[in-house]
Amino acid sequence: MHMPTSDTMNLSLLAANDRQARHNRQHFDAWGLFCINVMSSPGAGKTVLLEQTLCSLHNTCAMAVLEGDMTTQLDAQRLAGSGVPVVPITTGRACHLDAAMVSTGLQLLRQQCDPASLDLLWVENVGNLVCPAEFAVGEHCKLALLSVTEGDDKPLKYPVMFREADCVLITKIDLLPHVPADLERMGHHVRQINPHCGVFPVSALTGAGLGDWLAWLGQQLRAKGHHHRNPQRPTSDRKQSALTTA
Amino acid sequence: MHEVDMTRCLLQALEDWRDQHPVQPHVGTIHLLVGEFTCVEPSQLQLSFAAAVKDTWLAGARLSIASVPLVGKCLVCGNSYRPNPTSGYASPCCGHPMETILSGRELKIRRIDYSRPRICGPPVQANPCSQPTPSFVDPSPCTCPPATP
Repeated sequence: MHMPTSDTMNLSLLAANDRQARHNRQHFDAWGLFCINVMSSPGAGKTVLLEQTLCSLHNTCAMAVLEGDMTTQLDAQRLAGSGVPVVPITTGRACHLDAAMVSTGLQLLRQQCDPASLDLLWVENVGNLVCPAEFAVGEHCKLALLSVTEGDDKPLKYPVMFREADCVLITKIDLLPHVPADLERMGHHVRQINPHCGVFPVSALTGAGLGDWLAWLGQQLRAKGHHHRNPQRPTSDRKQSALTTA
Repeated sequence: MHEVDMTRCLLQALEDWRDQHPVQPHVGTIHLLVGEFTCVEPSQLQLSFAAAVKDTWLAGARLSIASVPLVGKCLVCGNSYRPNPTSGYASPCCGHPMETILSGRELKIRRIDYSRPRICGPPVQANPCSQPTPSFVDPSPCTCPPATP
């Protein structure tokens, strides 16, 4: 004999992923690591932006990359050329990174370096404007890229991604003379969905606009209590003790 | 495609819930709330769930998905409104950007209808999930190597 009943749950559908994401975040915070989740459609320029950003910050900031791709480790191999630890995460059929995959990536990263010696961890997500928006990985900041070749109505078509982003980079502006993109309109559409989001037009190829992006990033790091390491000054006490006990 | 991974998360939550019962409950209907302003397509979630529960302890269970409309609140005129893509999600009366979302981002398990075998003997302790706003029990302690302080 069975007794029919019901339980009120009011539980997030993604509770399992959210729980793992909180766990990842606890590790990031314990290590003093600022984590940025980089998302965009395929081919918007995530990897080249990371190459340029890694190059610009190389002397002032200790960084590593978790590189997500459905197949191949081509992007991971490219980024390894920047001289920072890179962990490839091949997702197989999954079209996004989830918190468990990032946790696995962190375990592999620990085989390459002591995460407590790092300032910044980049998580390059799988190219996709839909799924990555819903799956937290424990990041402190979400960065979305939108290239001028994609059309200025993209934010309206994929609003969740642009609502979730803390910063949107409009990439490939060196192509503006050749494509019918309205930069003003693109930025307007992003801000209509997410009025407090930073929006910066950039070209990783020419370097145009990268200064604004790096200044915004520096502000975020300072606001969160993370500081670029100045090579002229000794490493902070906390970082130094982490390095010596590693 | 991500509905498959959403389903995996859902099954994990249901297994955690099941493990709080002394005897495995027989699940009838799982009531979900899915906001319009999410990346979830209810029909895809239904398909994925049906495939995932076949020949498992959840065989025969069904999903009931209630859609929650996207509602924004304009901070300039104070009106609630239904943002839509054609107007750029902006407030229809003053064109102010979509600042506050009142509803539409929900991805929730609202309720589980189930039956349990009648047990003779002392009463079973109430299931904590039956409380109106249960807190999700955190899993076993971290098995990762300890982070350097």
